[in-house]
Amino acid sequence: MNGYAGKYLKVDLSAGKVTVAATPAGLCESYIGGRGLGVALMGDRITHTYDYPKMPIIFSTGPLVGTDVPTSGRMSVVSRSPLTGTVTDSSVGGCFGTELKRAGFDYIEITGASKEWVVIDIENDSVSIVTAGNLAGVNIFDLHKLIGAGHSFAAIGRAGERGVLYSSIMIDGRYAAGRGGLGAVMGAKKLKAIRVKGDGMISVADPECLAEATEDIMRLLRASPAIFGEFGIAEFGTAALVDLIHARRMEPTDNFRRTYFPEATRYSGHQIKTRYMTEKTGCAGCPILCKKTGLRGEVIPEFESASHFGALNGCADLQTIVEANRICNDFGLDTISAASTIACYAEISGIRLTSSKLLSMLIEIGNREGLGSALSEGSFRYACSRGRPELSMSVKKLELPAYDPRGAYGMALAYATSNRGGCHMRAYPVGCEILRKPVAVDRFSFEGKARMIKISEDINAVADSLSACRFTFLAAGLEEYSRALNAVTGGDHDVQSLMKIGESIWNLERRMNAANGFAMSDDDLPARFFTEEGSSGSAKIPPIDREEFLRALDNYYRIRGYK
Amino acid sequence: MLNVINKYLDKLEAQGLSKKEDSTFLAVDADLFCNRQTGDDIACLYEVLRMMNVSSLLFASPSEPYRSIIRQIVERDSECGAGNIIVPMDCETRTFFHDFPVVDDLNPVAMAHALSRRKAVIISNLGIVTHGAFTPEQAYISFSSACFSMFIKYFHDSLVYFDNCARNGTRIDTDYVKAFIDIARLSVVVMRRERVALRSEPPRTEDDVAAMLMEAGRAIVTRRLVDSHFGNISYIFKDHIFISRTGSSLDELEHDIDKVPLDGSSSVGITASSELSAHKNIYLKTGLNAIMHAHPKFSVIMSMFCKEAGCDRSICHKLCAKKRFVGNTPVVSGEIGTGPTGLAGTVPAVMEEGRGVIIYGHGVFAAERDSFQKPFDMLAQIEENSRQQYANAISDLLKHLLDSPFDGFAESG
Repeated sequence: MNGYAGKYLKVDLSAGKVTVAATPAGLCESYIGGRGLGVALMGDRITHTYDYPKMPIIFSTGPLVGTDVPTSGRMSVVSRSPLTGTVTDSSVGGCFGTELKRAGFDYIEITGASKEWVVIDIENDSVSIVTAGNLAGVNIFDLHKLIGAGHSFAAIGRAGERGVLYSSIMIDGRYAAGRGGLGAVMGAKKLKAIRVKGDGMISVADPECLAEATEDIMRLLRASPAIFGEFGIAEFGTAALVDLIHARRMEPTDNFRRTYFPEATRYSGHQIKTRYMTEKTGCAGCPILCKKTGLRGEVIPEFESASHFGALNGCADLQTIVEANRICNDFGLDTISAASTIACYAEISGIRLTSSKLLSMLIEIGNREGLGSALSEGSFRYACSRGRPELSMSVKKLELPAYDPRGAYGMALAYATSNRGGCHMRAYPVGCEILRKPVAVDRFSFEGKARMIKISEDINAVADSLSACRFTFLAAGLEEYSRALNAVTGGDHDVQSLMKIGESIWNLERRMNAANGFAMSDDDLPARFFTEEGSSGSAKIPPIDREEFLRALDNYYRIRGYK
Repeated sequence: MLNVINKYLDKLEAQGLSKKEDSTFLAVDADLFCNRQTGDDIACLYEVLRMMNVSSLLFASPSEPYRSIIRQIVERDSECGAGNIIVPMDCETRTFFHDFPVVDDLNPVAMAHALSRRKAVIISNLGIVTHGAFTPEQAYISFSSACFSMFIKYFHDSLVYFDNCARNGTRIDTDYVKAFIDIARLSVVVMRRERVALRSEPPRTEDDVAAMLMEAGRAIVTRRLVDSHFGNISYIFKDHIFISRTGSSLDELEHDIDKVPLDGSSSVGITASSELSAHKNIYLKTGLNAIMHAHPKFSVIMSMFCKEAGCDRSICHKLCAKKRFVGNTPVVSGEIGTGPTGLAGTVPAVMEEGRGVIIYGHGVFAAERDSFQKPFDMLAQIEENSRQQYANAISDLLKHLLDSPFDGFAESG
């Protein structure tokens, strides 16, 4: 199987056993790899609770991982979300996926629960479960110093150990498998970390064709202003979006009460680059290098983190924002959910947090102590406990990211239909509606958006399965990636055959959610977006017309065949 | 949705690419929309749409000369024919389309198969079919680019063919020549020569700048110096560059102009044209603040016609060490965007006041101070010079090969 290692690791932490088995070729054909394969492997087990020992957590790579295909250095972590209860995959970069593949494994499936804290150690075909009681309570940055040298590692900090429902799994100390709280799944299994190192090579069916396909992709990346342009993410990281979302008056401010934060330019991409003298870094083999590190080693926040610790919480101080991001990375906390839960608390309590209070609250959440204990369950449970569920800005209990839906109606639809809850990455209509890629659409219209969202969801399910980075699809597409895939595997896919697979993955996720009680009534937005206008100015930001939204949603169901 | 379909059908007709009565445009959200209710092709296209996960499908018989050009290419190109592909070498194709598959006839399975690999497909003797993944605009853009690419390929390859015959003493195909002359006459319709008067006094306000950009953008499109959403235009005013957005149509700039600070203090320009850096660098080097970029056809063709020996032809578009000119206009290599082979570096390096720059296989940059009149006139003149140079070359070659006159692109009697 070109492009695949052909083997996977099966780890049973209850029995303390590691088995090597053959990667199921049929599932790879049907679901490719990465997200699709991981979701398919979950099967009936998806109805277990997240902390039931038989619930798997799967680290899954795709056939492009470990090859020269641009942005293929990614993987998906799949399980059931502790926060939402949905099936959840988290696409993540760093080096872990590449090292795992080079070690000779397409994926790791972990079940059971250890009695004591352990680390799984993988070095090529040598795999062991190592007791690691001494690492309990150690946060990510110290953990990196203790066990990270020479390896890639996936680990949880205290947040995951203590079951914060939106705790993340941190890869290589800075890449977050963030949304949905998969860190708590590892925590329930008393799995502190996985270290991996591999030096094998991935077999490719047609290297010459692969080189051509790669050059086609690179040419498109170089031509894309959003990627390699003067103000693109290669230059500024995703913080490049701060100025743009600010200009479009769709930056979630004060728990989505407003959509414009006058001081946002104080944490713009330009401010960050200038003040922190950033350098580029990124996932294994990636030409874009969208991650940024400050001169003194500061991990620079992504757009979502900057905006949510900024405008969403009324904070204009860049240093506070960078520190908040650092705390989240160190404890292993999803920044979007953490910031949004805090903003929800602030609105319910009628207060505005100072910088120091914001930071101390994050630490309390990470330690699951004091007020942090209540906040560690996410904004929806917290808001319900205070009798104000309507003030949780979430869908299916997953907090919304940094694009106010009143400023982009495709995004409004995408938040509602997302299989893992309030997420912008499932369909990523930011591409068309804001960045004008691959084509510009009217962000204040629902016309054509139902099919656009459906198609985008299918495409991105494929992208997550190959694995390839979402950003590359601002420039290239499945037309170029299908050729790359065929060059690697020797297969004969095209855009439509891949999209059929994407559709299968999407529908499988939806059926899994239905098995856990999710229904169409869960595909909705908080009432605020239909009743309150945004912050109009150069552009008018009215509330979303509820009838139009429901019509678009109905169209979506018809297009999907759900109705 | 029908409004959207009709908008792009109107554009295709206005640009001389296809007539509405020769076009079938389908768009689908939850419901299906089509500009026509009856037609032999409709059932076939419905079937293609059913097989594909797209939002729109456009099938049209292109207007002349494109129809004849495509027929000639399909019949004559040794690399193509039904079941094969056409590979134009212009920049638009190389970057965004790669190649154009050819399908025998209105066979839905074959069409869907080909469209699953590429955005635009040639149906032998019938027309072009394109799809839009997200919007009908994408189908329109692909159709427009297909016509552009075929035009470039046909006229460039014909010149190369005649030149090779002359140099090698090869017997020329007189049927080819006859068809070529007929097509050349038909091509007169794509060449607009009317003078366009643009605002000449410098702007006083930002509203003036926007109005100038819109006026100049419309002029470029009306003169057919660019197709669909390609080309870009900028004006530097009070430490900001006002520039058309990426993917915008130059004749619809009212809401598609980005105001970008020259000092780089805001990344709002992430949605600006992919050639923002080229525009900025031209200004920084020359002080010329009214800058236009278009894809005029004969300028592109002549930039690709090169008789230098001993070069690696596969990299001419991104790395050319030779000093080349079309008339007095320098020709440079350069890929779209930034990077080591990007035109953001190569174009500004040779830009001078009073002289434009042609990018190999791509298009033309022209710049002047304070008003778009001179850069527009420069663009038009470079295109006219290129067309004349092409006509002269053909004329000399046909006289040599057949002792036969070629009256340029005179209209047929």
